[in-house]
Amino acid sequence: MNFRLIFSIAQSLMLARWRQTMVAAFGVTFGIAMFVSLLGFMSGLNDLLDGLILNRTPHIRLYNEVQPTLKQPVDMAEAFQDSYNFVKSVKPKQERPEIYNNAAIMNFLKSDQRVLGIAPKITAQVFYNVGVIDLTGAVNGIDVEAENSLFNFQDYMVDGNYIDLKNTPNSIILGKGLATKMLASIGDIIQLTTSKGERLQLKVVGLFQSGLQDADNTQSYASLVTTQKLLGESISYITDIQIKVKDIEMAPQIAKEYEQLFNVEALDIQTANSQFETGSSVRSIISYAVGITLLIVAGFGIYNILNMMIYEKMDSIAILKATGFSGNDVNRIFTSIALSIGIVGGILGLVLGLSLSLLIDQIPFNTPSLPTIKTYPINYDPRFYLIGICFSLITTYLAGYLPSRKASKVDPVIIIRGK
Amino acid sequence: MSHKILEAKNVNKYFHDPLTVQVLSDVSFTLNRGEFASIIGKSGCGKSTLLYIMSTMDTDYEGDILIDERSMKGLTEADLALVRNEKIGFVFQFHYLLNEFSVLKNVMLPALKLGKYSVAEIEHRAYEKLKMLGIESEALKTSNQLSGGQKQRVAIARALINDPLIIMGDEPTGNLDKKNSEIVFDIFKELAEVYHQSLLIVTHDGEFAARTNRIIEMEDGKIISS
Ligand SMILES: Nc1ncnc2c1ncn2[C@@H]1O[C@H](COP(=O)(O)OP(=O)(O)OP(=O)(O)O)[C@@H](O)[C@H]1O
Ligand SMILES: [Mg+2]
Repeated sequence: MNFRLIFSIAQSLMLARWRQTMVAAFGVTFGIAMFVSLLGFMSGLNDLLDGLILNRTPHIRLYNEVQPTLKQPVDMAEAFQDSYNFVKSVKPKQERPEIYNNAAIMNFLKSDQRVLGIAPKITAQVFYNVGVIDLTGAVNGIDVEAENSLFNFQDYMVDGNYIDLKNTPNSIILGKGLATKMLASIGDIIQLTTSKGERLQLKVVGLFQSGLQDADNTQSYASLVTTQKLLGESISYITDIQIKVKDIEMAPQIAKEYEQLFNVEALDIQTANSQFETGSSVRSIISYAVGITLLIVAGFGIYNILNMMIYEKMDSIAILKATGFSGNDVNRIFTSIALSIGIVGGILGLVLGLSLSLLIDQIPFNTPSLPTIKTYPINYDPRFYLIGICFSLITTYLAGYLPSRKASKVDPVIIIRGK
Repeated sequence: MSHKILEAKNVNKYFHDPLTVQVLSDVSFTLNRGEFASIIGKSGCGKSTLLYIMSTMDTDYEGDILIDERSMKGLTEADLALVRNEKIGFVFQFHYLLNEFSVLKNVMLPALKLGKYSVAEIEHRAYEKLKMLGIESEALKTSNQLSGGQKQRVAIARALINDPLIIMGDEPTGNLDKKNSEIVFDIFKELAEVYHQSLLIVTHDGEFAARTNRIIEMEDGKIISS
């Protein structure tokens, strides 16, 4: 009712005090701008750091652990069912870390609706021969295309093309650190020795840099076939199945299920990397806390200006009431002043915050461990902007609440008698 | 036709700060349509207090007030605001114009609040009232660009904008010089005689009171003659 009148009165009151109004609005603008840019920046960094590990880690990894058998033959003997059996010095039996029947498992996984994709893998311990020195390390045998589509393998290539790994027989992609140690570059032939003593010569077709020093200094990639050849195994030999699921939150549950179903070890990403989740959430909490603090400070600014306005405009409030404006109308006038400051300040804040983010996005950020990143990372999640504007409205409303209530309670008789 | 537009029934009023004192004791009187009445009495006898009670702004009293034969007891704050908006026009000693608005907008505000007419119509009516008071040429100025007498005339125009049942004034000429007081009095007189407007004016000015149709005299919180 009569909203236009209420608003036009509010507007006139603001215009009469436009300087203070602008200062109050700028407080909100500043708070919101900081809020969204800080959050965008922080979560950009979070995504980056998480991506460093999480994007390259399968959500679920199926593998076979070499471990002693829990049930020893004596436990199965009928004669000793009711007794305590002690077997000392149990050792794992000679067993390959192969996943048995992996073709069937992979077929099953491909048809599981919850699974986004799978990539088989073989890990093989090797020595890289550099003259008389042997460097220890590991070769990852991968299905080149599956690996790339699941883990964006090409993003980490600093030299050469990943697809050559598939097209060139007996080829290898070396970690950058490893290549430096071996003085190897593209086109060179290097020699590996497996733990069983087999030797193989492979052609370098590319270099990768993952950003994880440990991996870059010791690891290399070869195709599945090449690795199987290196190990002298059949073409069905696979040690790991890497799985990405559609909903990462489901990973632990699905992992448990597969462990039962396939009788293998299944490690989910949450268990494997629990510390990353914690780090991310702590960083988010800090950014929210800083942003909200700024908004609360802005809220006090609004509270101040409204209180001052009400103090100055006592006479006007009194006459408005005397001529028929109710306490509610007066309350609405001052609440709309507060909300106008909040909305205008908030929208300007979003614009300023976005510009600030775009600016930060342009600042060069070169780090050898993150080859694909050229500038500071920013997350432009619209949710931050939505939360920002909501918060600005809530704080301005709360800041305006008490002063508006005070204004609505002004007793015109007291003011008019006072003159 | 003597139609009662304002009636006070056994009104008692106490102030409790710092001591409980009775400022109005058993005040009763009625005002009929078209009457031009003044309230006089010594300073501190309770004239303003009575006027504020009858204007519905002060609700802390005993007894009853009837405006247009409707009891004001038990009405909500918003209802009372509506009664003031629709039925009562105020003129105070001080003009209470809003500096943020033009003279015209000041006059229009109560009508905009009432919302009975369109904005264009309200503007037209506001011009009419200003013209009637001889200040339509000042319509677009702000109030601090006017003289004291002009301001008081704008305040009267504002009081008239909703065609109120009654105009109440608390020493409306108290701040004015002789000449301006004369102008304001003439306006009231004209309103009463030409437009049959009811008026209830508190005043100190015996001369002013003597020229009204009816004098209500108060002493120590009581009406001694009316
Ligand atoms: N808020 C208050 N608290 C206590 N006493 C008050 C208050 N307001 C007024 N009074 C007292 O009530 C009495 C009546 O006051 P009121 O203003 O009605 O007098 P008045 O007749 O209008 O006087 P004047 O002609 O000087 O304006 C006075 O004695 C005054 O001291
Ligand atoms: Mg008085």
